[in-house]
Amino acid sequence: MTATELGLPTVGGLVGVPTTDEPQKAKDYKSDQEVRWCPGCGDYVVLNAVQSFLPTLGLKRENIVFVSGIGCSSRFPYYMNTYGMHSIHGRAPAIATGLAVARPDLSVWVVTGDGDALSIGGNHLIHTLRRNVNLKILLFNNRIYGLTKGQYSPTSEEGKVTKSTPLGSLDHPFNPVSLALGAEATFVGRAVDSDRAGLTEVLRQAAEHRGSALVEIYQNCPIFNDGAFDVLKDAEEASRRIINVVHGQPITFGGGDYAVVRAGFGLAVAKTADVAAEDIVVHDAEDLNLAFALSRLSTQDLQHTVTGVFRNTARTTYDDAAREQVEQAKAAKPADLSALLHGKDTWTVAG
Amino acid sequence: MTTDVGNGAAPAGSPEQPGTVRKLDRVVIRFAGDSGDGMQLTGDRFTSEAAAFGNDLATQPNFPAEIRAPQGTLPGVSSFQLHFADYDILTPGDRPDVLVAMNPAALKANIEDLPKGGILIVNTDEFTKRNLVKVGYAADPLEDNSLTETYQVHKVAMATLTIGALENTGLGKKDAERAKNMFALGLLSWMYHRPTEGTERFLREKFAKKPDIAEANVLAFRAGWNYGETTESFAVTYEVAPAKLNQGTYRQITGNTALAYGIVAAGQQSGLPVVLGTYPITPASDILHELSKHKNFGITTLQAEDEIAGIGAALGASYGGALGITSTSGPGLALKSETIGLGVMTELPLIVIDVQRGGPSTGLPTKTEQADLLQAMFGRNGESPVPVVAPQSPADCFDAAMEAARIALVYRTPVLLLSDGAIANGSEPWLIPDVEDLPDLSVTFATEPNAPDGTFWPYLRDPETLARPWAVPGTPGLQHRIGGLEKADGTGNISYDPANHDHMVRLRQRKIDGIEVPDVVVDDPSGEARVLVIGWGSSYGPIGAAARRVRKLGMPVAHAHLRHLNPFPKNLGAVISRYDRVVVPEMNLGQLAMLLRAKYLVDAMSYTKVQGLPFKAEELQDVLADVIKGVSE
Repeated sequence: MTATELGLPTVGGLVGVPTTDEPQKAKDYKSDQEVRWCPGCGDYVVLNAVQSFLPTLGLKRENIVFVSGIGCSSRFPYYMNTYGMHSIHGRAPAIATGLAVARPDLSVWVVTGDGDALSIGGNHLIHTLRRNVNLKILLFNNRIYGLTKGQYSPTSEEGKVTKSTPLGSLDHPFNPVSLALGAEATFVGRAVDSDRAGLTEVLRQAAEHRGSALVEIYQNCPIFNDGAFDVLKDAEEASRRIINVVHGQPITFGGGDYAVVRAGFGLAVAKTADVAAEDIVVHDAEDLNLAFALSRLSTQDLQHTVTGVFRNTARTTYDDAAREQVEQAKAAKPADLSALLHGKDTWTVAG
Repeated sequence: MTTDVGNGAAPAGSPEQPGTVRKLDRVVIRFAGDSGDGMQLTGDRFTSEAAAFGNDLATQPNFPAEIRAPQGTLPGVSSFQLHFADYDILTPGDRPDVLVAMNPAALKANIEDLPKGGILIVNTDEFTKRNLVKVGYAADPLEDNSLTETYQVHKVAMATLTIGALENTGLGKKDAERAKNMFALGLLSWMYHRPTEGTERFLREKFAKKPDIAEANVLAFRAGWNYGETTESFAVTYEVAPAKLNQGTYRQITGNTALAYGIVAAGQQSGLPVVLGTYPITPASDILHELSKHKNFGITTLQAEDEIAGIGAALGASYGGALGITSTSGPGLALKSETIGLGVMTELPLIVIDVQRGGPSTGLPTKTEQADLLQAMFGRNGESPVPVVAPQSPADCFDAAMEAARIALVYRTPVLLLSDGAIANGSEPWLIPDVEDLPDLSVTFATEPNAPDGTFWPYLRDPETLARPWAVPGTPGLQHRIGGLEKADGTGNISYDPANHDHMVRLRQRKIDGIEVPDVVVDDPSGEARVLVIGWGSSYGPIGAAARRVRKLGMPVAHAHLRHLNPFPKNLGAVISRYDRVVVPEMNLGQLAMLLRAKYLVDAMSYTKVQGLPFKAEELQDVLADVIKGVSE
């Protein structure tokens, strides 16, 4: 077998999507459908953040599509005044892939949850990331199945007592950021639902990234897993636990009291006062190994949680390459249907 | 010297003179060997020679699911059967007139199909003790009289002769020996007076990058020809005149290729880009292979991570305004069920190709069956009707694919296209259509609000077709959301209203029931038949051939073959009611018969077989004759 060098240039995530000069407001993105999440659901916060953020992109609304799977978060498209498809459980990345391949003029967003993306749809998620389809995937992680009323999910902690695991869950959870990086994702970020500014910044970078962008959003389910991320919402606790990374900047947190340093093949947290300034790791979103090590600093018990953009690197996208192949084929050979049907060996029967 | 027309068997008691040429109206040849022996290629080349000569023809490859089963064993036997004639034939033939057996396994696996008096050509070089033991021959069957008493046996040391012919090429013995299939082809080409230029040209093109191998194959091919010409061990050669086919330009085509071309044509005739989302599966993969070669027609092929992603991508592309296609076989169709349901609910065009194979589960991947009909009809949760279309022969796959596209695009629905392994890999001459005459499949996307209140309602239907508007993302002012949840009639908003759900379930059913399909045509030349045989799919050939045979015996019979399994043609009920008896032969346990019984309350008689092989005309002839006699009594 031979391999062909595709040699495609990399461009911005939104290149090809028509823009408008008309000013847009958040309310332009609200549909006429009544939002039906439970009171206090973290999904409201994310919805508001997205509706406030999209106008800043200046895109034509009709060129934005939200595709979702099944689950509480997957009702998201109904509330957006854009095009949208609420599809089937776990399959949104596959459907969105077909759409993105067919339509370079669309900004395609996938809304999914921990069960949808990591359990039933795990296969599609990793392959979408590996292919680097130009999709923005918002993974709402509340560490529980909400719509089916409270079973453990693939991000629930071991031993979790739920309706389906009265004696405790036996499953070891995924770290979604590690998983995405292992799947060769070119963009991986994380934010907490309550942190509007942090979430918006990750969304902005995701939108500008050409290729698959996975954004894990910690999201509270007030009914079945209330308070799962409370330690990240208490200002004092958060200060000691949240490590927000910014490309090109030394990684410190806790008001500068703590820093991230190298330890063996991984990373560790140290008191800034105890380490030399040059030992503090400077974040490089192009460095896959660093991104992965950062993902391992985040623990299920949230003792430390890295937020921001772990990885942001350029690689040819699947949809651009697929379209390029078609264009090159068209340029190389005219679409002569009659010639195709005749092929090389014909014979003629006279009347 | 030429003599009578027949099937090739020597007339009793008349020893043939060398140089005798006998005219035949039809011949069935089966090439059988180890799966590494190149039998498919050999058969394919002979087919091309027959096509170039102007015979009508039909072919049937039969190969193991294993790519290279252990050499010389029964599971490793691969064969290719070819039927060519001077008139229009319908099947690849029940039994071979000529069997070419390249090794003991091929002989053992196929000899029972060779009728008494048939021609058997054996490559003796492989008849070693070890190879004989491998397939359970206690003694060499070529040594005793068991074969020569029953068949016209020709023992040819094909490997030795091939190696001898290639002695001066500098090729190693092993490489030289590999060309023995071309020796066999050369010999058969001589026996049947076939043109040879095409094969020599083909070999030189195929091995263009290895000129020494190309020359070796050409030499082996010529050696086989010369062997027949010079040795006089073959007293007789045979001629099959060109067939009197309808006027026009023809080519040889397999079902999978014709189906792929139908998809290309549907893309061109609709003006839509085509997106094939699929996953490799036998026997459907060749559709992917073929379409991936034609990107210049605006075709995108996406080999997905699994069957579900394949159809998901196709549906996503359709949502974006492309013609979404997915191709699979039975096990893959099972995986695609949920997405087909989403297509039914979102009412988007989608073509789902199922090249059926033996089931259930992994079943018989390389063998044929028609047992996915009920899966296609009902294999989804809820009331989830989809149109079902089936091609009846390899060449017919082109028209069937275009018809599936027409229904998908006009009615905004997933369409099931049910081919099968026999059609997919079989081939026949195809009267190439004039591109000017292909149907127009162009579509109109929604561009304006359609509702009385000045907004856009995605589920406001065309009153004639009941199709909903196709409003693709990027259309200003028509932003809307669709999905798998039940829709309110008209607005398409989520609705849990009981009466609305009842209404929508019936509406979706009515849309599919109302699809315009052509009336079924009944073939009853005498007009006196009291028995109707109804078939669908690849059984068209054997049923048609069987019907001809019983008519020749003076028994009228009517044959109706269904292209449309859902909805049925509107005249089908009336047609059925005209006959005393309805017989339904199927390669399943009676799935169409069940549908006909349910819909028309007809006491249809089911004749079924699930051996992974097509029906034989002979067996259906007996079935029909029995039924006709029963009705006459």
